[in-house]
Amino acid sequence: MSAAQAIQSINDFVVKFANVNGSGSASANELFARAIIRMGVPVAPRNIFPSNIQGLPTWYEVRVTGEGWLGARGGCDMMVAMNPQTWDRDVAAIDPGGYLFYDCTKPMPRSKFRDDITVLGVPLTAMCNAEYSDARQRQLFKNVMYVGALVALLDIDFEATEKLIADRYRGKDKLIDANINALRLGYDYAKKHLPCPIGLRVERSDKVGDWIFIDGNSACGLGAVYGGATVAGWYPITPSTSVIEAFASYCRKYRTDPDNGHARYAIVQAEDELASIGMVIGAAWNGARSFTATSGPGISLMQEFFGLAYFAEIPAVIFDVQRGSPSTGMPTRTQQSDLLACAYASHGDTRHVLLFPEDPYECFTLGAQAFDLADRLQTPVFVLLDLDIGMNERLCKPFDWDDERRYDRGKLMTYEDLEAGKNFGRYLDVDGDGIPYRTIPATHPTKGAYFTRGTTRNAYAKYSETGADYIYNMERLRRKFDTAKDLVPSPIVQKSSQPTRIGAIYYGSTGPAMAEAHALLEADGVHIDIMRVRAFPFCDEVMQFIADHDFVFVVEQNESAQLRTLLINEGEIDPKRLVRVLHYDGSPITARFIATRITEAASERKISPIRKVAP
Amino acid sequence: MTYLAKPRLLTADAPRNALGYTRRDYEGAISTLCAGCGHDSISAAIVQACFDLDIEPHRVAKLSGIGCSSKTPDYFLGNSHGFNSVHGRMPSVLTGAALANRNLIYLGVSGDGDSASIGIGQFAHAMRRGVNMTYIVENNGVYGLTKGQFSATADKGSKSKRGVVNSDSPIDLVTLALQLGASYVGRSFSGDKEQLVPLIKGALRHNGPAFIDVISPCVTFNNHAGSTKSYDYVREHNEAVNRVEVILPRDKIETSYPPGSLRRVVQHDGSILHLRKLAEDYDPSDRIGAINYLQGRQALGEIVTGLLYVDSSALDMHSHLNTVEKPLNQLGDAYLCPGSKVLEALNTSLR
Repeated sequence: MSAAQAIQSINDFVVKFANVNGSGSASANELFARAIIRMGVPVAPRNIFPSNIQGLPTWYEVRVTGEGWLGARGGCDMMVAMNPQTWDRDVAAIDPGGYLFYDCTKPMPRSKFRDDITVLGVPLTAMCNAEYSDARQRQLFKNVMYVGALVALLDIDFEATEKLIADRYRGKDKLIDANINALRLGYDYAKKHLPCPIGLRVERSDKVGDWIFIDGNSACGLGAVYGGATVAGWYPITPSTSVIEAFASYCRKYRTDPDNGHARYAIVQAEDELASIGMVIGAAWNGARSFTATSGPGISLMQEFFGLAYFAEIPAVIFDVQRGSPSTGMPTRTQQSDLLACAYASHGDTRHVLLFPEDPYECFTLGAQAFDLADRLQTPVFVLLDLDIGMNERLCKPFDWDDERRYDRGKLMTYEDLEAGKNFGRYLDVDGDGIPYRTIPATHPTKGAYFTRGTTRNAYAKYSETGADYIYNMERLRRKFDTAKDLVPSPIVQKSSQPTRIGAIYYGSTGPAMAEAHALLEADGVHIDIMRVRAFPFCDEVMQFIADHDFVFVVEQNESAQLRTLLINEGEIDPKRLVRVLHYDGSPITARFIATRITEAASERKISPIRKVAP
Repeated sequence: MTYLAKPRLLTADAPRNALGYTRRDYEGAISTLCAGCGHDSISAAIVQACFDLDIEPHRVAKLSGIGCSSKTPDYFLGNSHGFNSVHGRMPSVLTGAALANRNLIYLGVSGDGDSASIGIGQFAHAMRRGVNMTYIVENNGVYGLTKGQFSATADKGSKSKRGVVNSDSPIDLVTLALQLGASYVGRSFSGDKEQLVPLIKGALRHNGPAFIDVISPCVTFNNHAGSTKSYDYVREHNEAVNRVEVILPRDKIETSYPPGSLRRVVQHDGSILHLRKLAEDYDPSDRIGAINYLQGRQALGEIVTGLLYVDSSALDMHSHLNTVEKPLNQLGDAYLCPGSKVLEALNTSLR
């Protein structure tokens, strides 16, 4: 094909790496992404991986995005095809005019290529075999070598990449030299034998600023450290496991007593999710900030305990990293499908506080805030993220912390209070906000002890099956939930450039794609106001936003429109006014998808506006 | 009814312990269990044990699951915080509580349905983890609150009140506890206060998971001929291997036994267990021997009771986790939050 047809783009393209799981490609691919960030150009990388440890295909997609759009884009401008198993589909996935990079050690029949793409071969295996004698080295350095070649092909700063390697392996000089050597080999080969740079190029920019690059699960773990969590009970489950791993790692670093090496935290791997939430509830009942991290199947298993914690009014924090469901579903794919299972978790009349972080920055801030909210409200608080946020490194605002901030331990009845003769009724609404006072075990030798139960009791925690006592409790719990509205993070609105009667509501990982879709739609003359909800219960602002628009798209990543259901149910909204935009194939939602759906639906609405239909 | 406060009639000469408390200070609400229920005797034994040991009631956290036995923590230690959790899940809640504050005494009360049927998983794993607790199963072989179904500890061949013969093999929680790492294991009978109170006292002073299986006949649903958990059956088949006496460091040791008939075990906290041998060849420091002995006697239809195993050098969960001495629930912000400077350095490392 002629060079003129080849895609030409600076700082705006998608490179996809096709690898074999377990081949050590992850760290090389991350090196590639970070090298571009070091040039001040934002990237949005995503792992697309199987539920497998070794052998199955895995992909790493790097969206280079000079504009800073961090959602998935879709499409593929350049494929780094390192996996023979998936060769055919990988080659087929390249956009017309795109580029194919491959290991050309073994000759391939012409039929295995396409005419409308640029093919770039580097004999990686041959070069590695010549350079290294050890099999593992051959494999690992092959990955670094292709990064070296890409550095040349895409005009990435070689010195910046070198420095990145030096930073990463600081103190391990041998590793630095070996990696830079491999990088150099790939780079030199490409420079000598290939037309560098190709049509896709990275140009130094200043769009990254002081932003940091971290995955959401690590940020949750760090948020738990800063939020003062001391007890974690957990059970391994993809994609939440790394929340606890990160918490453990940060705790080892920041919570180890410098004098004697003792741990200012306790992490217990439970036998199942029932036990992990049981431990969290036991610890929280006893006054320690505690949490667990899980995913959909764990949420299902914990249901009975959620009801207990709700009714016994015990603070607990649950990080739910959502994945493809129902049942075992797609453990390594993303979804927002636990919303209803969490909002109304457990049998009986329950409702729970949910927080929806958008990115690692919010995983940290809302993660830490969840512990204050749980203590203040004496109830379980769920932090709902998903695989897309949790398991992908993402550019986000740097973390910040106000050293003046003190933990809000909520309404604790102290020894002094009890000595002073304060009236203690564990479930008594003293302040009118529905939140009672609690005592921690061992507060006072003779006052303040109470018997916690999941069954009926009166305001003084005495057993009671009296209807009036039950109603008092339930009404107070409802009042408490209303109080929560004013404590949870408020929604964030982005107005259209023009007044409009159309709105869109979304949450969590849909954020970056929605922001980009908003810009695309604006450019196309489709004007909408958008609102990112950050918590449940919904603040009054959310209902006002819906009231202020004729119809509102509810954009989410599940099949049954769970956020829409929750809005209709809680706000008594006419269902016709909330229009579903649903993405649920397990891949992250894209701006292209949202913009297309909204454009289609908006044009339909213009023909038959809902206001004319309604009486 | 539990919402009725117990009348606080107190005679001036009621004995007081070293803290100045009478036994009444260790009691709870009035029991709602059936008259003659074995569980009430166990509650009384717990009260006696805590009184004898001069335990400050508020330093005890009492936790239970669901069932008749799990209702009992309301009926003792009214000045202790209690937690009636969900069915079969007391062990995890207790584990969490113990993680939060290592300095309290944790008393878990459960039943055979709660621990051997629905909760066998949590029972097993709490033992494995070495949670520092006293775990009492009030074992009557039936579900009381739902009116007489067999539980998983019901012996094969035993008959229900309606005449149904149990065809399932029983789970022996004592053998399980031994296998799983409990470091203090006993069995007793609710009708034998002399044996039960010292066993509970030893458990409360033990460092590590202490398990006591207490056969506690259900007078309403499992106290008939053909039951192997009835008062009559247990009395006839009870074979005690030893008698325990708990000696606190402050006590003068006055007991004298013939040489060879007494084993002395010094526990982690300095308390001493005097074990008076009843079965000549029984060695309570031999975990495997204990399991073999129990299995052999069980095959003969006997119910072996006493302190069956004790390891006074056992370590508990907090030792395994290397947690700070100060309870985690008392660590202030400064000990927990790394602060903004650390965060800035971390931000730099993430660029």
